[in-house]
Amino acid sequence: MPGTKEIRAKITSVKNTQKITRAMQMVATSKMRRAQDRMRAARPYAEKMLNVIGHLTEANPDYRSPYLQARDTVRSIGIIVVSTDRGLAGALNANVFKQTLLLMREWQAKSASVKLCLVGAKGLAFFRRLDAQILASASHLGDRPHVKDLIGAVKVMLDAYRDGQIDRLFLVNAEFVNTMTQQPAVGQLLPVQPLDTENLAEHWDYLYEPEAAQILDGLLMRYIESQVYRAAVENVASEMAARMVAMKAATDNAGKLINEMQLIYNKARQAAITKELAEIVGGAAAV
Amino acid sequence: MAEPHTIHVDIVSAEGEIFSGLATMVFAPASQGEIGVAPRHAPLLSMLKPGEVRVQTPDGAEQLFFVGGGAIEVQPHRVTVLADTAQRAKDIDEAAALAAKQRAEEALRDRTDHISQAEALAELARAAAQLKIIQRLRKVRG
Repeated sequence: MPGTKEIRAKITSVKNTQKITRAMQMVATSKMRRAQDRMRAARPYAEKMLNVIGHLTEANPDYRSPYLQARDTVRSIGIIVVSTDRGLAGALNANVFKQTLLLMREWQAKSASVKLCLVGAKGLAFFRRLDAQILASASHLGDRPHVKDLIGAVKVMLDAYRDGQIDRLFLVNAEFVNTMTQQPAVGQLLPVQPLDTENLAEHWDYLYEPEAAQILDGLLMRYIESQVYRAAVENVASEMAARMVAMKAATDNAGKLINEMQLIYNKARQAAITKELAEIVGGAAAV
Repeated sequence: MAEPHTIHVDIVSAEGEIFSGLATMVFAPASQGEIGVAPRHAPLLSMLKPGEVRVQTPDGAEQLFFVGGGAIEVQPHRVTVLADTAQRAKDIDEAAALAAKQRAEEALRDRTDHISQAEALAELARAAAQLKIIQRLRKVRG
């Protein structure tokens, strides 16, 4: 029976691949849930932080933090790009990079230079092939990113902003809309967008320890860090969702492939049997 | 509104909520010495040093939380502790920033290193596998 053995071996191999993709799909599903929980857990901190910053700016209109002040001329911008460390997540990273390139082109058209900070190994691999200026990077954060792994990279960008090397700072990451949809999102980190101080319920002045200016800058720095942290966690949730969908498609495709090959295998087997029968019948007739 | 003898305490960090509830007294390691906050304390805003935040709950128990620094905001009926999850100090931050810069520089230096070669080979293998499957499917359907 020529061919049947080879087809059988192929079917086994595809079945093994299917087992792997199915396992990856299930792992991604459970990791996605945990990442979503962490996304939710990060929210109260940012909200409370914004509230305090709102009170502070309201109480101290005379102190203008460099982080809050918009600059008229923009000669250079910084972008923090959050990507994944590993592939097999569909078009997730490609979409984020495309959005980043659009943003870069938009500002380059206004003759502003672009400086990058890359979070995630895929972003580093992609942008280093381009002629882009990379100031800092952080990768291999794992499925549970920690704020302490991001502090360094964010600080480089904050220092660059204070020194006037960049006049604006953006953040690009994959936004988790739902399990089926993740889309690239661009947000402005610096200068911090004017805060909505009007709907603060009460207004008072604080006792400060040490000075108000120092506290405000410290809080703004932490606020930006928490935003980048949120982006990193959201990106993990998006990565897992994208991988889940990609691996489900791969599992389904493997199933289709197996069915098709099974059909070919059956045909070949049947053909071999028919041929053997014909030979026997032919042999008997000759006798 | 909270009872007159208690104050609402929220301890949050960037990675999650740590504590939320009522207290009769809160102690925190403010940057210029430990402070105790009782209900109806004057509005106060202070940075925190690494140390422990002690919360005395209305049932007489005391809870301890370690914070790596951060900030505390006191309003008459509400205390918010914005805790850092990591140890913060100027030189630690500086070192982290330097490390982030170095990683970027290293990545730029070896644009054609063995890693990208391995990546290219992997991409080639993937493309070849795809071609094979397409050919096989054509044969089957053809």
